[in-house]
Amino acid sequence: MQKARYVKILKFYPEKCTGCLECEKACSQIHFKTKDGGDKSAIMIIKKNNGYQMHVCDQRGLCLDMCPVGALTRRKNGVVWLDKDICVGCQACVGFCPIGAMRKSEARIEPFKCISCGSCVRACPENALELVEKTIDDIKEVVYHKQGV
Amino acid sequence: MVEGQIPIEEYKTGNTKHSWDTKKMRVAHKILAEYGFKKGKIKRGYANRILYVNLSTGVIKEKPVTDEMKRKFTGGRGFGLKLLWDSIKPTTRWNSEENELIITTGPLCGTTQYAGSGKSLCLTISPSTDIICDSNVGGFFGPYLKFVGFDALEIQGKAKEDVIIVVDGEKRKVTVETAPDEETDSHLLNEQLTHMYASEDTDKSRQKVSVVSAGRGAEHSFWGCLNFSFYDIRRKVPRMKQAGRGGLGTVLRDKKIKAIVAKVERFDGVSNNPADPLTLVKVGTKLHQEIRDLDRYQCNMRTVGTSHLVEIMDEYDLLPIENYRFGSFPKASKIYSPHFYKLFTKVIPDGCWHGCTMACAKTVDGFTVLTGPYRGQKVTVDGPEYETIGCGSNMGLLDPLWILEFNFYCDTYGLDTISTGTAIAFYMEMYEYGILNKERCNDLELCFSNAEAALEFIHRIARGDKGEFIQVASKGVRRVKDWLIKKGWGDRQLIEDTGMESKGLEYSEYVTKESLAMQGGYGLTLKGPQHDEAWLIFMDMVNNAIPTFEDKAEALHYFPMWRTWFGLNGLCKLPWNDVEPSNNAETDEPAKVPEHVQNYVDFQNAVTGWNVDKEELILQSERCYNWQRAMNVWLGKGCRKDDWIPYRSMGPVTEMEYVSRKERYDEQLVDKLGLSEKDVEKMDTKEKMKILYEYRRDQYQKLADAVYYRRGWTPNGVPTPQKMKQLEMDDPKMLTMLQKKIDEDEKAGLNVWGGRYRSDEKPPSDDLKYWEKW
Repeated sequence: MQKARYVKILKFYPEKCTGCLECEKACSQIHFKTKDGGDKSAIMIIKKNNGYQMHVCDQRGLCLDMCPVGALTRRKNGVVWLDKDICVGCQACVGFCPIGAMRKSEARIEPFKCISCGSCVRACPENALELVEKTIDDIKEVVYHKQGV
Repeated sequence: MVEGQIPIEEYKTGNTKHSWDTKKMRVAHKILAEYGFKKGKIKRGYANRILYVNLSTGVIKEKPVTDEMKRKFTGGRGFGLKLLWDSIKPTTRWNSEENELIITTGPLCGTTQYAGSGKSLCLTISPSTDIICDSNVGGFFGPYLKFVGFDALEIQGKAKEDVIIVVDGEKRKVTVETAPDEETDSHLLNEQLTHMYASEDTDKSRQKVSVVSAGRGAEHSFWGCLNFSFYDIRRKVPRMKQAGRGGLGTVLRDKKIKAIVAKVERFDGVSNNPADPLTLVKVGTKLHQEIRDLDRYQCNMRTVGTSHLVEIMDEYDLLPIENYRFGSFPKASKIYSPHFYKLFTKVIPDGCWHGCTMACAKTVDGFTVLTGPYRGQKVTVDGPEYETIGCGSNMGLLDPLWILEFNFYCDTYGLDTISTGTAIAFYMEMYEYGILNKERCNDLELCFSNAEAALEFIHRIARGDKGEFIQVASKGVRRVKDWLIKKGWGDRQLIEDTGMESKGLEYSEYVTKESLAMQGGYGLTLKGPQHDEAWLIFMDMVNNAIPTFEDKAEALHYFPMWRTWFGLNGLCKLPWNDVEPSNNAETDEPAKVPEHVQNYVDFQNAVTGWNVDKEELILQSERCYNWQRAMNVWLGKGCRKDDWIPYRSMGPVTEMEYVSRKERYDEQLVDKLGLSEKDVEKMDTKEKMKILYEYRRDQYQKLADAVYYRRGWTPNGVPTPQKMKQLEMDDPKMLTMLQKKIDEDEKAGLNVWGGRYRSDEKPPSDDLKYWEKW
């Protein structure tokens, strides 16, 4: 199988964001077929003092080596993908994600995450989101605890 | 291999590959008994059915789990005790027709969100001790058994030829089949059966099969363990975890069971059907995060598993060296965890059940076998864990590769590494004193550090060697003690004091000489000297947190009860205190890890829908703990005399041991026994040893007094009908039996304190009939 070399990840332009949360609504539509947003969205827009921050998976794949059943894989397009039919809901990936981007909603036991589908990009009325291509080798990380520290 | 993010299908171990015609093997199976069952629904952690298989009669049936059973016995080990009580007699021994081998799960078993929730509990009458032995084990079998629809598997009777029992959750059928062509040794047999019973030729299908087996060693010794498999989709081998203690594998093979196979149709994160999955996720994820952030600064379990303990034990004089003569040794640094770290395969989720991010089940892949029938092959070795490495130092094997070799063969032959290692260490010491020699050992030069001889001994056991020594020695330390004494070889006292067994079971790998509470943690136990009831060495010896007998007794009440609780629920104890919240030290009772205790309260409530508190958890255990002790009494043991421990676990047996820690012992003669420094200086070692011997023996008896009192037992260690009624364990047959035993003890004058109390010391109670008022 040919290994993916590139992956698209989300880039955020905070200066353009107005906090309308259309991106979250579009995302929850993809994952849960609802426009609820919030805990059903893989992308989170967080209001900070005088602006907005985006919180979403950056496809580094640190969770890949955490999955005991192989539900997490890197797909051909480089995206880290959770197959919810294989997933046994253990939350290891949720607990170990250093940025909390593996999301868990109350709607089901299996977590979910950003799949770089671009629906949030398309939904944003202000063009504050963009998908940009990265080389996987430059971003990938491994959960690896060296002895001692 | 350090690089991560390797696609699962591309992962390589470098192991020797096998190609078997498993189809042909399967065709040779003859079905002896068959039973179809309906698909069940797990409700709040319980499948509410027990699967009963009788190999003598061919009867296979279901038994219901009643609400009363849940209320009194909770599940897991508790269910096992109840099933045994209903099925065996006081005269039942390990190889009796009616003895049972029981594998149970527990209501929380199979949860994936909370680390360490996949344990099976195995019970039987042990060949080593003649009483109940319970052993907990990881692997997928327990959770799968439950997801197929059974809280427990109860096997009675014996087959006439080698059989396998298949519990197929896909076809909803249980079969007993002959299995003439399969291997017997576990690493091969488990792989064959995993491939044979997987529905499709994929790793995901193979992961849905779990096998329980024991190898050839289990047939010819009393140390048989059960190997529980869990298929690793990355390594593409069924790895194994062991229910090691007490000879469960020996019973499996005595019943002519080659293996037990469970296959699950499908399961997910809520297959237990918990009452409150959201709380479960909340508590579980919090623990995952704690492990992520803190493990590397605490126990390093994710990196090296329990092997991190080796250097700590060596540092505190607790690592058994040469049959527990010493607790540390300069060369022991050769087997510190960094050496195993180099060998372990890294960056793999190493939990023995899904979702265990503590991941202590470390593995060496592509290990080249050094001796025996598999010499030269490359294999996956599960472990070694601390106990197995401790066996290495105990035998004087201070080479990681030989420890791996020992580990591999013990596992695949189905031998408990702990019993095997501890026993060999004793034989080696006897060899050193000339009590054993080459001739008496059937040509084996069993001196300390002789790895080849130790391995040859194990191979001969597996081959069923008929040599007198091999025959006796494979039955364990107790039998060898009796044999040596009968032969008139060596000093009886020396033999009794140095052979590390109690109740007939070999000690696990901690030196307890300087911790009285831990001596109790080994001796005042239900099944024998295993550290799963209490591990109080640091609390007692290092932190001096439990100085009085009363304190120690309280610890020897609370911790055995608390640890029993894990066994009632199908959980692993490690995630309780092998990672601690960062503010744990500032809590009222850091040794109990209060935040994690609360996690377990929430966990049990979230699965079962009950509304229990932490006191109720202890009560659940107390019911079963007392029940098991009462059953031991029923089986003719379970009294003060049975809680005896060898002096090697209390103090220096030989002059060499005394001299090696002379300063410590001399100081104690002054500080604790009130001798003057001058007198101590004048005394010779033998004299000092004798005084220490008397003192420490008496201390242990006083500890037993305090513990029996705290547990609500008679001074002879018998649970009372009053206590049992208080716990609502009011089975009339049991209450009558206990009262009869207490009356007999009364006549024999056994209901008295064991310690000798000076005028300024007080026994736990002035009233020797204190228990009547419980």
